[in-house]
Amino acid sequence: MKHFPLTLFAAFGLLAADPPLVVQNANILTVTKGTVKGSMVVENGKIKEVGEKVLVPPDAKIVDASGQYVLPGIIDSHSHIAADSINEGSISVSSMVRIEDVLNPEDAAIYRAIAGGTTIANVLHGSANAIGGQNSLIKLRWGKKADEMIWDKSQPSIKFALGENPKRQGNPTGGRVGAGNVNTLRYPGTRMGIEDVYVEAFTRAKEYRESWKQYEAQKAKGETVIPPRRDLQLEPLVEVLEGKRLVHVHAYRGDEVLMMIRIAEQIGFKITSFEHILEGFKVAKEMAKHGSAGAGFSDWWAFKIEAYDAIPYNMAIMVRKGVLASVNSDSADTIRRLNTEAAKTMKYGGLTEEEALKLVTINPAIHLKVDKYVGSIEPGKDADFVIWDKHPLSSFARAQQVYIDGVKYFDRDEDASARMKKEAAKKALEDKFKSEQQRRPGPAAGTAQRRPQ
Amino acid sequence: MRTSLLLLLATTLFANEKDSFFMKGVTLFPVASPKVENTTLLVVDGKIADIGLKSAPKGVRVIDGKGLQVYPGIINSATNIGLSEISSIRETNDTGELGDFNPQLRAIVAINPETEHIPVVRANGISTVITLPGGGGGFGGGGAGIIMGQAALIHLDGYTYEEMEINRTAAYQMRFPTMSSRSFDFDTFQTTRGSFADAKRRFDTQMAEINKFFAEARAYMTAKNAKTPGLKVNVRYEAMIPLFEGKAPVMITASKKREILAAIQFAEAQKIKLILADVRDPGSAVEDIAKKKIPCILGPVTQLPPEADAPYDFNYALPGQLHKAGVKFAFGSFANQFARNIAFEAASASAYGLPYEEALKAITLNAAEIWGVGDKYGSIEKGKYADLLVTNGDPLEVKTDVKMLFIQGRQQSLESKHTRLYDKYRLRPN
Repeated sequence: MKHFPLTLFAAFGLLAADPPLVVQNANILTVTKGTVKGSMVVENGKIKEVGEKVLVPPDAKIVDASGQYVLPGIIDSHSHIAADSINEGSISVSSMVRIEDVLNPEDAAIYRAIAGGTTIANVLHGSANAIGGQNSLIKLRWGKKADEMIWDKSQPSIKFALGENPKRQGNPTGGRVGAGNVNTLRYPGTRMGIEDVYVEAFTRAKEYRESWKQYEAQKAKGETVIPPRRDLQLEPLVEVLEGKRLVHVHAYRGDEVLMMIRIAEQIGFKITSFEHILEGFKVAKEMAKHGSAGAGFSDWWAFKIEAYDAIPYNMAIMVRKGVLASVNSDSADTIRRLNTEAAKTMKYGGLTEEEALKLVTINPAIHLKVDKYVGSIEPGKDADFVIWDKHPLSSFARAQQVYIDGVKYFDRDEDASARMKKEAAKKALEDKFKSEQQRRPGPAAGTAQRRPQ
Repeated sequence: MRTSLLLLLATTLFANEKDSFFMKGVTLFPVASPKVENTTLLVVDGKIADIGLKSAPKGVRVIDGKGLQVYPGIINSATNIGLSEISSIRETNDTGELGDFNPQLRAIVAINPETEHIPVVRANGISTVITLPGGGGGFGGGGAGIIMGQAALIHLDGYTYEEMEINRTAAYQMRFPTMSSRSFDFDTFQTTRGSFADAKRRFDTQMAEINKFFAEARAYMTAKNAKTPGLKVNVRYEAMIPLFEGKAPVMITASKKREILAAIQFAEAQKIKLILADVRDPGSAVEDIAKKKIPCILGPVTQLPPEADAPYDFNYALPGQLHKAGVKFAFGSFANQFARNIAFEAASASAYGLPYEEALKAITLNAAEIWGVGDKYGSIEKGKYADLLVTNGDPLEVKTDVKMLFIQGRQQSLESKHTRLYDKYRLRPN
């Protein structure tokens, strides 16, 4: 990106023109520093001060949050919203494809997610292959362009997948009939084959890395050498080997998690997180030792055989056994209520309120390596926060206002008052469409419209 | 006087420890009447015998419920419990039989009492469910049929389905044809859009088939009543007679305004009792539903809005709007996976406009009344079955713990596959 001095200057000028924001009389659930009954000052998109008494800047905009609760914006470590396509399922190693190329900033799921208190989503490639594509960590800046949603503080990452989904195309009778093209067989068709895909791919990646090392060494000696051909499939895997790319692994069963840990240790890389993991409770010890996080569903189970041993106590066991745990959605529906999904861990396994809140705030921030910027209410962090009318772990809580970088992206009252206007605008568009259709014939009836998925 | 009579009978009455007890120190939320703090409850032979007795009759088992709250057992008005174990595995699903018209099929006979889903939902305070013969669509069938069979109302304590039965013909489950020009093709993962004329033609064809089946079944009933000589037994038509006689309602799945209005019109023309199911986007049909007093079974409150440009809280707010319009409804899951969360669905509706008491009723008394058993279930009243949920807080709050569950006075185990695995792996040495 180019930075001309003039535009830089203009940008700072704009920021300076934004008045500071003070949220007053709130119960501020900082997540990392307890609850503060008081106020929070936001300036230039960052949290400046939190306390019972704060210094209110003279030009500050005041938000009265009497009796309400402030929680950091919820971070969903596993989502597929805002993506026009999810799976490049034609090959078992699709590390060259990128979600950032197919982000759709106009997906209504983004707005619904904000309205449910979520401000950051890790948008992942699908689970059709053992090694999937590159993910995008986005801030849900609704109304902005795709490029402006991709968060510049995010780490590069990649999706891996275990179990039934990546083996489905090699074992069609074992999966859902009709989901995807099952006429063409694709290796692997078993969990054994999935392990092999990692071994083979990383063997190639190591050779590739070696070829570049040799090239650099020869070049350094002043020799004239032809560089190796760039391999966009293997480059991300080299980054994984060098610890420069996070690895998020779709996982359900305990045994496949163990396999992944062992094979990663053998190859020589670290697994950042096991995603929507159902049986983390069976191998929590091994996960904690490896240092991988566990993002889980609150209470999903029995939707397939690999989900038959899923239990809602999963999160509690992982937490108690020292795994960095979080609750993720994997769903445009659940992303709207991760607060109460987290609350389920209090019911199942007796986590405390503070532990439950961490599961959807600071913990996913740590595992996504962005806890320096988000995940708690602390001075210096990004002003990503939500004002809830009740304690956010209550079934009855509603997000009232949602801020990202100090900018308001959702306001329940404004949403309600804008509805009439939107309805009128929609009606006007429909009327215009109808009158135009009357004037000229439309496209032939029965024309199939391709959707990108 | 009545107390002393009870005392007199105590030795025989309380011989059966299993479904008789005295619970003290509890706060009662009877649903049909205001809450009573720090009171007692006497259950005799599975039924509520008295409320507020000062002390326990002699010989009765005493349960100290100090500080606990007692509610009626929760009713989930749409599940596939007993018929579907793992939704994506065909062999474990008995929903969705082949054929369009199957009024003779009975969900009750396919209920597996040993399903893992029963202990799982019981652990969350659910004592009674409707089990549907057709699924909500998707894998394991359930999408295609028109009359899918008879839904069963069961309580969740029994060695056999006969012991669990409350009503094996709680309703005939029927799916109304939709007039949609959009369809999703699983083979190509594409949405295709056809013309409205085609959709209308398909709808009319299906409606003609439905009307023909009903006309034939009714003719059969007439012939049977007239003892027409030579009339051969037709099992399918025979199964329609209770519906025509008003002994059981039809539960028609109709989500949108057009289908809802068509379903109402159809039920009126056929003079059959109607329950609307999975009402999602009724629009102005709400007024018709209210005016004609048609009960509804609402699907998950947390499902996504029907259109991209619908308000974000469309489904959260719908139950509140229906209540305001005067519609009576109960909540159902229409699947098993999240059946245990029905109380939290009710809570979401309450957060967005449904009065709290009504949210609670929609998973207790209203459900019982809609299913025709309001005189025996759904609230804590003398003479009703002791289906009781005992908690340490509001059962609509996610974090609340279920402490005890009674079905017809019998205390249920709160163990499940989930608690067993929890106990096993919680104790795995480090």
